[in-house]
Order: sequence, then C-alpha cells, then structure tokens
Amino acid sequence: MQPKPRFLSVLDIVSVILLAVATYLALVYAPTEKVMGEVQRVFYFHVAAAWVGLLGFVAAGVTGIIYLRTQNLKWDIIEQAAVEISLVFFFIAIVLGSIWARPIWNTWWTWDPRLTTAAIVEMIYLAYLMLRQGIEDPDRRARFGAVYTLVGAVSVPITFLSIRLFRTIHPVVIGSASAAAEGGFNMTSGMKTAFFFALFAFTVIFADLFWNRIRLGYLAQRVEQLKLKVMQ
Amino acid sequence: MSKPQITDPGLSTAETPAAADQRPATNYLRAIGAVAWKDLAAELRSRELLSAMLVFALLVILIFNFALELDVKTRTSVTAGVLWVTFAFAGTLGLNRSMAIEKDRGCLDGLLLAPVDRSAIYFGKVISNLVFMLIVEIIVLPAYSVLYNTNLFQPGLMGVILLGSVGYTAVGTLLSTMSVQARTRDVLLPILLFPVVLPILIAAVKASSGFLQGAEMTAIMPWLNLLIGYDVIFTAIAFMVFDYVVEE
Repeated sequence: MQPKPRFLSVLDIVSVILLAVATYLALVYAPTEKVMGEVQRVFYFHVAAAWVGLLGFVAAGVTGIIYLRTQNLKWDIIEQAAVEISLVFFFIAIVLGSIWARPIWNTWWTWDPRLTTAAIVEMIYLAYLMLRQGIEDPDRRARFGAVYTLVGAVSVPITFLSIRLFRTIHPVVIGSASAAAEGGFNMTSGMKTAFFFALFAFTVIFADLFWNRIRLGYLAQRVEQLKLKVMQ
Repeated sequence: MSKPQITDPGLSTAETPAAADQRPATNYLRAIGAVAWKDLAAELRSRELLSAMLVFALLVILIFNFALELDVKTRTSVTAGVLWVTFAFAGTLGLNRSMAIEKDRGCLDGLLLAPVDRSAIYFGKVISNLVFMLIVEIIVLPAYSVLYNTNLFQPGLMGVILLGSVGYTAVGTLLSTMSVQARTRDVLLPILLFPVVLPILIAAVKASSGFLQGAEMTAIMPWLNLLIGYDVIFTAIAFMVFDYVVEE
C-alpha cells in the first residue's frame, strides 16, 4: 500500500483555501449587479462548475480513445475518474443555474441548447455508470466504457448544434451575445477578479479531486486483486 | 489484438494478381450479405421479431391517440413527433431481440469464428436491423394515414425516415451488442441509446414535420444535412470500434 503523496496532501489543503477565498470574493468582494441584484453572485460558481464539468468531459473522451489504443487499464481508471467528477460538477452547474434562472428567466428550467445539452451529458454519464455496473470482467468493462464515452463525446457536440438551430435565451457573458439572450450583463473589474479567481480555484479543485479519485481507482483495483488472491 | 485475416483457400497460383486483388472485397461483401440474409431468413420463418415490433408500434400509436387527444388541429403539429417516438420504441425492441438471439444460443461466438473481418458482422446486423425497422415503418405509415386521415405518403418524408432509420440502427446495433453482454441487458439498451441518438430524433422530427407542413426546402435542408452527417460519422465510428465490442 503506497502512502498518500505529500504533494497531494498539500494540494488538498490548497484547494480548501482557494475555495474559501473564491467564496469570499464571489459573495462579499464582488460588487452587486445593478439589475439582477444578489442572485447574480451565483454566476461565479456556476460558470466555474460548468468549466470543470467540461474539462472532465473532454478528459473522459480523450482517455477513452487512449485506452482503446493502448488497452492499458490505467487509462480506464483515469477515464472513470473524469466521468464521475464531471457528473458531479455538471450537476452543481445545473442546480446553480436553476437558482439563478428562477428570478431572472422566471422559470427553473427551459429547453435551451446549453441546459438541454448539460442534461443529456448527465444522462450519458448515468448510462455509462450503469453499463459498467452490469459487467464483471474488468477488461470488457473498460472496453465498453471507452467505446461508450467515445460515442457520447462525438454525439454531444452534434446534439448541441442541433438544439442550437432553435433560438437560445441563454446569456453569453463572454464573447458576443445574441439579441434574444436574457439576463446578460457586463462585468466590472471587481466582478472579473471574482470570476477569474473562481475559475482558477475550481480548476485546482478539479486537479485535486481528479488525482484523489485516480488514486482511489488504483486502490480499488488493488483490493479487487487481493480479494481474488484470498479466494484462490 | 489478433484479428482473423481474410483467407481464401481457393486463391491458387492459377489466378491472375488482378483477380486476387478483387477477392477480399467481394468476400467482404458476401460475408455482410450472408449475415444479413441469415437474419432475414430466420425472421421469415418465425416472424417473432417483426410481429412483436409491429403490434407494439400500433399500440404506441393507439396510446398516443388518448394521451394527446389527436384531434384535427393538434394532429398537424404532433404527427412527426408521434411517428418518431413510435419508431424509436419499436426500434429498441427489435435491436434488443435481434442481438439477444445471437448471444443466447452462442451464435455470436460462431459468427466471430468465421474467417472474415468483424466489421462485416456489424454491417450485416445493421442491414438486417434496418430492414426490420423499415418494414415496420412501411406498415405503420399507411395505418397511421388511415386512422388519422392524414396523407403521409410524400417522397420527402420517406427520405427522412430512411436517413433517420440508418443512423438509428447504426448506433443501435453497436450499443445493443454491448448491452446484451451486460447483466441488466434488456433495460440497458434504451438507456444507452436514447441520449446519444438524440440528434437523429431531433433532426428527423424537425425534417418530417417540415415536409408534412409543406415548409420551404431551405428550412428543411439543415436538418437533412444534420441527419446525413450523423449517419456518416456514426457508421464510421461503429466500423472502427466494433472489434473492441465483440473481442473476447
């Protein structure tokens, strides 16, 4: 049993501190938005969580392909870690978005491309986990998981495109917004600080969780091997 | 990864090199045809799969009649949606069954032993699944037309149904091959399939209702392009990864 790496323990503590600072910046430091009021503060963590979800999504797709090429179970562990983290963070992003949308759009949910695509990604992840659960053989489980993440990674952008052919009301704060978007605003420098710090903090948290989850995957694999040895 | 290569004992020295080059391609096509024909012949004798899909499809339409109150006014706007939900549900039924038969009686292992490229098995299954789905659709369309007094026989709609069914079976065959090997097989296929096949359903519903409501071709074209793009991309992906799905 390998001891927990020193750097990982440090990273755990750094993540907690960064999260605390990001919370302070988002809830206290950043100025209150004029039109939307306090509820706009949800934005900082909403975008950061969605960003981490996207990181995990891309990581899962890439590691899926690498697994199929190399057939090394290491990549399967990494892929599963990416999927689980992405699942949680997309869920956080959806919930925070709903909290913001209730007063601003006057509804918890709308079938907008981004919202729908995020929901579809969650469905694909759940299906992925159910698929894995139903297969005992580790090699086959890894192969099926990789194939399914690959299929999902290709279909999700197409889904986004196809829903985007409808009109969208999701605001685009960064880059140009469409005329139909509701709830957009321009960031002041205080908001920008809070926003980019939240992005940075969540990226570090992502790295920390990712590393911890991969380590957990290795340990789980080891336990499985030991169990087999005992049974023989 | 060891893959059985295409070998042909009949390829003797007497043949010209040109003929030898031609051989693998025709062999490949013949293997696809054989797999598809095997399914169709078996179905022609038992008619288990088609009758189940068909009765199920008609029942779904019946249920929609009461669920949506399909009066004349709502009919025009929801017909495309009702049709595609029916096809999608009946499709999963067929995909599940067609792959489960292979798995249960060890037929899949037999197929894998055949000295052909494994993607030939995939394409054979896709063709037979596609034929089953198209047969169901060909019977459902006139039934729907008669029951709801709408004319569904438009060449544009036929094209959309063909394109949509190709994409649906291309992904469905790949995923059903995985789902039958899992413990929770029967419930797993729709859960795996629906989230990734969504672009097909969106585009097919939009294009179908475009044709049914007599929309301009410029409004329908993006959806048709999307369907064609999806079909090409996912057939290519399935072709590349099918080996990993059946590998032992």
